Amino acid sequence: MLKTITKTLVGAVFAGGLLVPHAFAETTLNALFMAQAAYSEADVRAMTDAFTKANPDVKVNLEFVPYEGLHDKTVLAQGSGGGYDVVLFDVIWPAEYATNKVLVDVTPKITDDMKKGVLPGAWTTVQYDGKYYGMPWILDTKYLFYNKDILEKAGIKTPPKTWEELGAQAKIIQDKGLLKTPIAWSWSQAEAAICDYTTLVSAYGGDFLKDGKPDFQNGGGLSALKYMVDSYKSGLTNPNSKEFLEEDVRKVFENGDAAFALNWTYMYNMANDPKDSKVVGKVGVVPAPGVTGISDVSAVNGSMGLGVTAVSKHPDEAWKYITFMTSQATQNQYAKLSLPIWASSYDDPAVTKGQEELIAAAKLGLAAMYPRPTTPKYQELSTALQQAIQESLLGQSSPEDALNTAAKNSGL
Amino acid sequence: MSSTWMTTRAWLLMLPLLVVMVAVIGWPLVDTVSLSFTDAKLVGTGGDFVGFANYTNMLSSSNFSRTLVTTTLFAVISVAAEMVIGVLAALLLNQQFHGRAVLRALMILPWALPTVVNATLWRLIYNPEYGALNAALTQLHLVDDYRSWLGEPGTALAALIVADCWKNFPLVALIALAALQAVPRDITAASLVDGAGAFNRFRFVILPYLAGPLMVALVLRTIEAFKVFDIIWVMTRGGPANSTRSLSILVYQEAFSFQRAGSGASLALIVTLLVTVLAVAYAALVRKTAGSAT
Repeated sequence: MLKTITKTLVGAVFAGGLLVPHAFAETTLNALFMAQAAYSEADVRAMTDAFTKANPDVKVNLEFVPYEGLHDKTVLAQGSGGGYDVVLFDVIWPAEYATNKVLVDVTPKITDDMKKGVLPGAWTTVQYDGKYYGMPWILDTKYLFYNKDILEKAGIKTPPKTWEELGAQAKIIQDKGLLKTPIAWSWSQAEAAICDYTTLVSAYGGDFLKDGKPDFQNGGGLSALKYMVDSYKSGLTNPNSKEFLEEDVRKVFENGDAAFALNWTYMYNMANDPKDSKVVGKVGVVPAPGVTGISDVSAVNGSMGLGVTAVSKHPDEAWKYITFMTSQATQNQYAKLSLPIWASSYDDPAVTKGQEELIAAAKLGLAAMYPRPTTPKYQELSTALQQAIQESLLGQSSPEDALNTAAKNSGL
Repeated sequence: MSSTWMTTRAWLLMLPLLVVMVAVIGWPLVDTVSLSFTDAKLVGTGGDFVGFANYTNMLSSSNFSRTLVTTTLFAVISVAAEMVIGVLAALLLNQQFHGRAVLRALMILPWALPTVVNATLWRLIYNPEYGALNAALTQLHLVDDYRSWLGEPGTALAALIVADCWKNFPLVALIALAALQAVPRDITAASLVDGAGAFNRFRFVILPYLAGPLMVALVLRTIEAFKVFDIIWVMTRGGPANSTRSLSILVYQEAFSFQRAGSGASLALIVTLLVTVLAVAYAALVRKTAGSAT
């Protein structure tokens, strides 16, 4: 607030002091980003510099917060009247942001070229109720990573195609004494657990909601949780998974202590970095498995988008900035950290070089991305489900009872 | 004439302070109270008047009662442990020995660290795969296998209490140490001559000097412990299965994650009331102890 006042004052002094008839019309945008994973802070700054070089009349102030603070910071900034022109948002928030008028509906600004060029699955990141609330920017899903070395030692020729097969292969690895607990997940009481659960729900063909009411307690939703509990109780899953976040999973995998791990795109290049990892060159990646007769692969939509806020005084410049940040040229340039949203990028050797295996997995995984439910009550639903997952894993409750309770507590 | 003028002048002098107090404490409090009777959302306008519905819903929910028990357990055990360890540390540091000054300075370190740093540090120590605690315990043959300290409801709260104690006992120790240095040497010397043992000397000679300052430490620590948020949020986020969720985390979820500002305000006021009752009760105790000590 004080900063803004100071800036306005400084601006006024300058404008008054120069007294030039055609004063330089400079616009300043405030943008909120995330300080971790996918594109790094330095990359976002570099992209932004490129934008301001091409558009010298627009300045962009960048602010970075951890993922955990992104939602609350956005909402609170809006509530207090100040706020940002451009915000990064997770795929689970458009429903809430649209309902509470945090983001501007940009449907008329989406061109036909954009509609045709961007992967269809990516659009689900920014849509609610048939309208567009921004552009997808970080395209992400969870993949099944495997340790080629361990699989080879166990005599396993191909990585698993079904979740059942994953269990069977883990059993072989365990029986041969190669690893005590071959599978690592991020099942901590956090959103990470919901992403793993959603991947399984998509594999089992379940639904989160039906006609706006919870439906995860039946069918595929129930099978998904049962699979988690079985895998945990059988001892094939690392029991510490229930306090792991994605970074814990990465460390376990990079240390060679997991044969299989579910994680986001970013782990591929990090696990192949000798500075961090003991499994360089042994990292295999495939789409998350399917379930016989129901699905071939499974995937959760973990993408994020850029949108213009309702309080922005410069919506046109803000949109110009977003179009630049999400353009194919910009995205191709930084494809090592986050795969582009543009379909044709995947045939561009400049993008695919050195990460052919990941791209092959992405082609299948991204096409199968399953959304977490779009509802303004998402945070409540997620919190209730996190509790259900943990209670079932700890044996405090059966998966059936836990999910029924979660359905009651979901606020829907 | 002069006395009324003095009174008026006193009020005039205090006026700026009063205005500031009303602005920074009074108004937000009134706002929170009025918010707690509505179904207002965090974003958007107003909200409708709903009477005591927020309060009755909250007080009757199993979430609230369970969280209250968890918070009380956390507060009582960690504060009790901090008091005992703090006093013992103060008694030790009050002795003459080589390197005492260095040790005194070092002891302040955990307390001076930001809570988030402290919590991250302990999360590493408790790490189920590579943590120092598991390594130490297995090397000492106290446990056979690495354990998930923050992943089991049975140990997660205890692990948090240990981390909280490590951070906060130095405060108690500092206060106790300051009080110890006020104990006149001739009195302790006289008790030695009279043949009092170590325990009796502590109980009847030293403790009366400590009682007042320790009550202050107790009040401060209890209020802080009841409001605990960051150390738990960083280490377990209230998990596993909500077994370490504190009242402040519940307020945060209600008001910010679920954006029910009205309901969150009512819960925040319930917590404020609980803490105030504790503070008042303690204050009465302090007065009594301070009175009996002199």
